Amino acid sequence: MDCDRREFLKVGFKTLLATGVSIGAFELLKPEVLAALNKEKGLRWVFVVDTTKCVGCGMCVRACKLENEVPYETNVSRTWVERYVMTKDGKILVDSPKAARDGFIKNDPMGVTVKKEDIDKAFFVPKLCNQCEAPPCVQVCPVGATYQAPDGVVLVDRTWCIGCGYCIMACPYGVRFFHPLYRVAEKCNFCYHRINKGMKTACVDACAFGARQIGNIKDLEDPVARIIKTERTAVLKEEFGTKPHVFYIGLDSIVR
Amino acid sequence: MKNHVIRPLFVVVGLVALILIIRVFVVPKDFGVHERGYMFGWYRKSNEGDWKTFKIKYQTSEYCKDCHSEQYKKIINSKHAKVQCENCHGPAADHPEKPEKLSIGRSRELCLRCHAYLPYRPSVYAQLPGVPITLKMQDPNVHNPGIECVTCHSTHEASLK
Ligand code: SF4
Ligand code: SF4
Repeated sequence: MDCDRREFLKVGFKTLLATGVSIGAFELLKPEVLAALNKEKGLRWVFVVDTTKCVGCGMCVRACKLENEVPYETNVSRTWVERYVMTKDGKILVDSPKAARDGFIKNDPMGVTVKKEDIDKAFFVPKLCNQCEAPPCVQVCPVGATYQAPDGVVLVDRTWCIGCGYCIMACPYGVRFFHPLYRVAEKCNFCYHRINKGMKTACVDACAFGARQIGNIKDLEDPVARIIKTERTAVLKEEFGTKPHVFYIGLDSIVR
Repeated sequence: MKNHVIRPLFVVVGLVALILIIRVFVVPKDFGVHERGYMFGWYRKSNEGDWKTFKIKYQTSEYCKDCHSEQYKKIINSKHAKVQCENCHGPAADHPEKPEKLSIGRSRELCLRCHAYLPYRPSVYAQLPGVPITLKMQDPNVHNPGIECVTCHSTHEASLK
């Protein structure tokens, strides 16, 4: 073997270099680094509603209306809480008086008193805009006044909305309404002004029961994203193909 | 081509040109197709910023804790720890400048939002550290009707006075 000293050093150096580089590459795959990379990749707001925790106090609705300047005395609201009561004789009673602004303090679904022994199942379901990935409300806007921001939140441009009402008809979840003062389309926007300043939405903060949570689904370490990825969740009206981004825990088939 | 064809044609072409010129002035510079493409992202970009600067009203209990540290400490160590100050006192937006004083929710209806007995209201409360506790519920028609809850109960301590 004619391996002189010079040759030996050369090969040795190259080998060392190659090992160094490949270890460097492994470094890149460390979970923290990956997570950091992932964070830079993006932001997509999502919501988780745990219906099993909701007691129907309506504190979320009250906070939302005051925070987002939706006239308090009107029946319209960006978020609301529905009460579902299924009786033994197969009737399903659903109501949300004044969008549940004052909560549910009487056992009178749709004005009827139902005895405890007559109830098969009953529960509360908080609702809000699903910030759909394929929002039909946006597709139908003829002037480009409603749109989806890059972070997934669907917004309405109040200066550009002509009030035609197409979007209100197009939303399969009945989320949209006319703002009684501005006379333009109005909807939940995940408290865009709060979440962009590192706060949570007004409804999430107001809920003492942890029934509502907001997070970033593109962040691997986000506890809310974890719930969606690892727990059993469902979305509303999946068959519409709107790809809703509000995920429900404990959703029942009688919920529409 | 005859006059009666050419003349209206000029009018139409003129109108279209006029509309295009007006459009240049009326449509904002940043209106157009953005990240989500024509179907979902055709809008005025600066509207995102408009919404971001909307005024915050609910400040959370963190905002209250320095001036009202005594009350804050009380509630944070009680079973009402997860209830925000503003749930009963209203949004603190510009407080203490205006309003100098916030309202105090003392009504029976306010307490009943969580504590009125409903057969379908979840009876276990698991938001506190440690073991889940039962959510205290009362039938408002039986439990001292007509008297405000705060007559006997302390809200900040979540206990009897
Ligand atoms: S829930 Fe309705 S308003 Fe919200 S994005 Fe989906 S279609 Fe639009
Ligand atoms: S604040 Fe929470 S518990 Fe109360 S109604 Fe809203 S979601 Fe349900």
